[in-house]
Amino acid sequence: MADRRPITLRVNGQELSGSAEPRMTLADFLRDELGLTGTHLGCEHGVCGACTVLMDGRSVRSCLMFAVQAEGHELTTVEGLAAPDGSLSPLQEAFSTNHALQCGFCTPGFLIAVTEYLAEGAPGVDDEATLRARLSGNLCRCTGYQNIVTAVRDAAERMRRSP
Amino acid sequence: MSDPAHPYAPAGEPGSPPVRPANYVGQRLRRKEDARLLTGRATHVADLRIPGLLHAAVLRSPFAHARIAGIETEAAAAAAGVVRVVTARDLEGRVGPFVEAARSEISPLLNEKIGPTLKSCPMPVLAADRVLWVGQPVAAIVATDRYRAEDALELVQVDYEPLPPVSDPERALEPGAPVLHPELGDNVQTSFVVSVGDVDGAFARAERTLSARLVMGRTAANAMETRGVAAVPDAGRDELTVWDANARPHLVRTFICEMLGMPADSVRVIGPDMGGSFGTGMFPEDVLIAFLARELGRPVRWIEDRRENLSNTRHARDQIHQVEVAFDGDGRILALKDRYLIDAGAYNNYAITVSYNSAAHLRGQFAIDHMRVEALSVLTNKAPVTPVRGAGRPEVVFVMDRIVDLVATELGLDPVEVRRRNLIRPEQMPYPMGMPYRDGVDIVYDRADFPGQLNRALQMFGYEEFRREQAAARDAGRRIGVGVSSYVEGSGYGPYEGAVVRIDPRGHVTVATGAKPHGQSLETTLAQICADQLGVTPDDVTVRAGDTALIAHGIGTFASRSAVTAGTAVGVAAARLREKVLAVAAELLEIHPSDLDLDHGAVAARGAPDRRVSLADIARAATPGPRAKLPPGMEPGLEVVYYYVPPTVTFASGTHVVGVEVDEETGFVRLLKYVTTDDCGRMLNPTIVEGQVHGGVAHGIGNALFEEVVYDGDAQLLTGTYLDYLLPTASDVPPIAVGHQEEFPSELNPFGIKGVGEGGAVSPPAAIANAIVDALRPLRVHIDRVPIGPEGLYRLIREARAASRAG
Repeated sequence: MADRRPITLRVNGQELSGSAEPRMTLADFLRDELGLTGTHLGCEHGVCGACTVLMDGRSVRSCLMFAVQAEGHELTTVEGLAAPDGSLSPLQEAFSTNHALQCGFCTPGFLIAVTEYLAEGAPGVDDEATLRARLSGNLCRCTGYQNIVTAVRDAAERMRRSP
Repeated sequence: MSDPAHPYAPAGEPGSPPVRPANYVGQRLRRKEDARLLTGRATHVADLRIPGLLHAAVLRSPFAHARIAGIETEAAAAAAGVVRVVTARDLEGRVGPFVEAARSEISPLLNEKIGPTLKSCPMPVLAADRVLWVGQPVAAIVATDRYRAEDALELVQVDYEPLPPVSDPERALEPGAPVLHPELGDNVQTSFVVSVGDVDGAFARAERTLSARLVMGRTAANAMETRGVAAVPDAGRDELTVWDANARPHLVRTFICEMLGMPADSVRVIGPDMGGSFGTGMFPEDVLIAFLARELGRPVRWIEDRRENLSNTRHARDQIHQVEVAFDGDGRILALKDRYLIDAGAYNNYAITVSYNSAAHLRGQFAIDHMRVEALSVLTNKAPVTPVRGAGRPEVVFVMDRIVDLVATELGLDPVEVRRRNLIRPEQMPYPMGMPYRDGVDIVYDRADFPGQLNRALQMFGYEEFRREQAAARDAGRRIGVGVSSYVEGSGYGPYEGAVVRIDPRGHVTVATGAKPHGQSLETTLAQICADQLGVTPDDVTVRAGDTALIAHGIGTFASRSAVTAGTAVGVAAARLREKVLAVAAELLEIHPSDLDLDHGAVAARGAPDRRVSLADIARAATPGPRAKLPPGMEPGLEVVYYYVPPTVTFASGTHVVGVEVDEETGFVRLLKYVTTDDCGRMLNPTIVEGQVHGGVAHGIGNALFEEVVYDGDAQLLTGTYLDYLLPTASDVPPIAVGHQEEFPSELNPFGIKGVGEGGAVSPPAAIANAIVDALRPLRVHIDRVPIGPEGLYRLIREARAASRAG
């Protein structure tokens, strides 16, 4: 029997438990052990950003972390962004109204990375180069990024209006 | 209009009612796909929860060319969690050969007119005696989890005896070069010649000629989701359900059935949510995983990793053109000769798809009466190339637009002026190009206004103002430049696509089609088309695409084809279903169908709206059984199946203008602004069209500046990760302004649709290369190869400086 370690952590506000071999990545643990398959794997070497989740409010690449490292931490995944009643977050709304997703595979990573950015107050959101640099940690092959840029501005504006 | 109609415009099919005018079509509706994708509830192959699932991993060749002297699998088979190890020997006599060339049938008409030379080289599912590229599948391991399957890969001992690799397609043609497939005689897998007009005469008469060697390097498709296959057997019935991240579910089914010897309806292939595709086609793993599941009687899944993807999931482009051009003193291009090689890699499963696309699109928007092209697909020890977004077009648009620029430079004219002088004029439309398309039908361009398109793009860009800025910038030591490129694109390639449109007893509409979207938003646009014909809202329509159980025949989503082919199929099927709905309603209301209107989910008497019956009531009246109330002789059921067979492709077009700044000291290129104007006929949803253009442009920017699959002299892959293969990020893509010409709906289908999926990716390499040349005009830099990164450009700048000092 393989060496499995129990892991308890909070995900999207809920305390969850599972077990994983020490070598299991956090991404695989979220997806395969906890069934949270909204976190996607695009490269498994930390470049594409599709697997981005928040750990204690900071974005991390879940493909570059072991599940055991998340023990006792607080995680947010894409499944935790909508309100409990299912209504979309301002960012999710903005992504849809601005057509900021096509195939949608990279979208969870973008949503998480931008959620962190919006929580910081979206510094430099009106400056094209600053905003694009901030988004450059996530790869998208479909949208050419333009509508993502627009959606992030729109979300920042929505949040400014009704914080 | 007094213009002649397009010769291929259909006269109207018997039994096809006229389509209703657009209502939802053309609106910027939010996408139906978004909700699940935004909340993490989409279902990709890797997301499926399948009880008892086993996991496969594939061992791949580390050598470009080697003999396999032996494979030792015992240690792997004995490893923890391993259920089965298979090599080519285990498939012998049980899995048929993977033959695609024979299948991507050359149209008999094209065969007759062009007579290409085609050689067959079926690909083994797993390499048997030899490996022919780095990344070729050699063995597969099935284990209880993916970690253990990958552990066991390291325990397989393959005794490779390296052979001399063929890494250069030009050397592959030299006498004495190693021959990849000895049974083919040499390394040329396909070739053809297309001749239009009197090329030799035109060259003999020409005032001027020039020649150039122009190269587009090798790139890769890079869908963000890697490939994946999950196969679930029903051992008792010997049936399989296969989920496959492949844009052609019906073709996957055909391959599985033929290679494993199973009846079509015993295999159901479902295309789940898919994270992009951009081309790439069929793969041995599509069948291998099905075989393993059937063999083991247990569900098996394989999810490709990015390293496998970059080495094996099919590359693209990689063409070398040797061009000669004849022109006059005014810059009129009179004739072209182009001999080009495609480095096809180790197998060429797509025959002449890409090479012929290149021939058919070389002249693009230009009126050039005389042309001869000779195309050769050459085999080398690299991953096979396939059609990828643009599929042979970006390469020749780069060639043509560089030629226009070279002619202008030679004559001291503004490249835009030379371009304008050569464009096909609107009054010449529909314009015959003097050669067949890939379907064998003689090319006749759809009505369009290319000069108007160019003018609109230049105006959006602010061309004159940019030229003034450029002069000022030059004085200040800054190098900025502008580049233009234009293309046409045969879109909506056949042979067909179909639709089943059905109304359920609640009045809800379901559409099934063999097209398989992976980002194209067909759930939304097909619902828009259907809603208009059935007088419901898009919310009342559910589109189910890419499930072989829901429609008997299907082709898939690629080649900018689905809006045209599936869109027309859905629209016509829905229009026919409307006729049936009206007939049943007439029976219920006892009013003649011609006095009835179908709208807002109900049929009402014209002028007496209180006499109405809902779609739900009509659907119930059409249900077979004693309560059915149908006109005499009418079949029960509110369902129509329709397969649309396009007469040929419909031609979309576009013009791109880009402004760049070049840092002479580093060779770094910054894109300042990017403008496109496209003609894709009637837009189903302009927001979605613009999104397609944005994404295509970003893809093309990658092809122009960043992305290259690099092999060394031993055909060893050097770009196996995203640290080596650079995709454009948000910082690398400038804001893109998208304009449209909407005044030329296609005459070839009743909805006026032309395709738009690939166009955006076609022009950026050409436009950007021309803009860089323009920025460096004083240095007389010639870009003959893309992608052009900082290192390459810096070298060109240094050479140009040295030349000018020497001169």
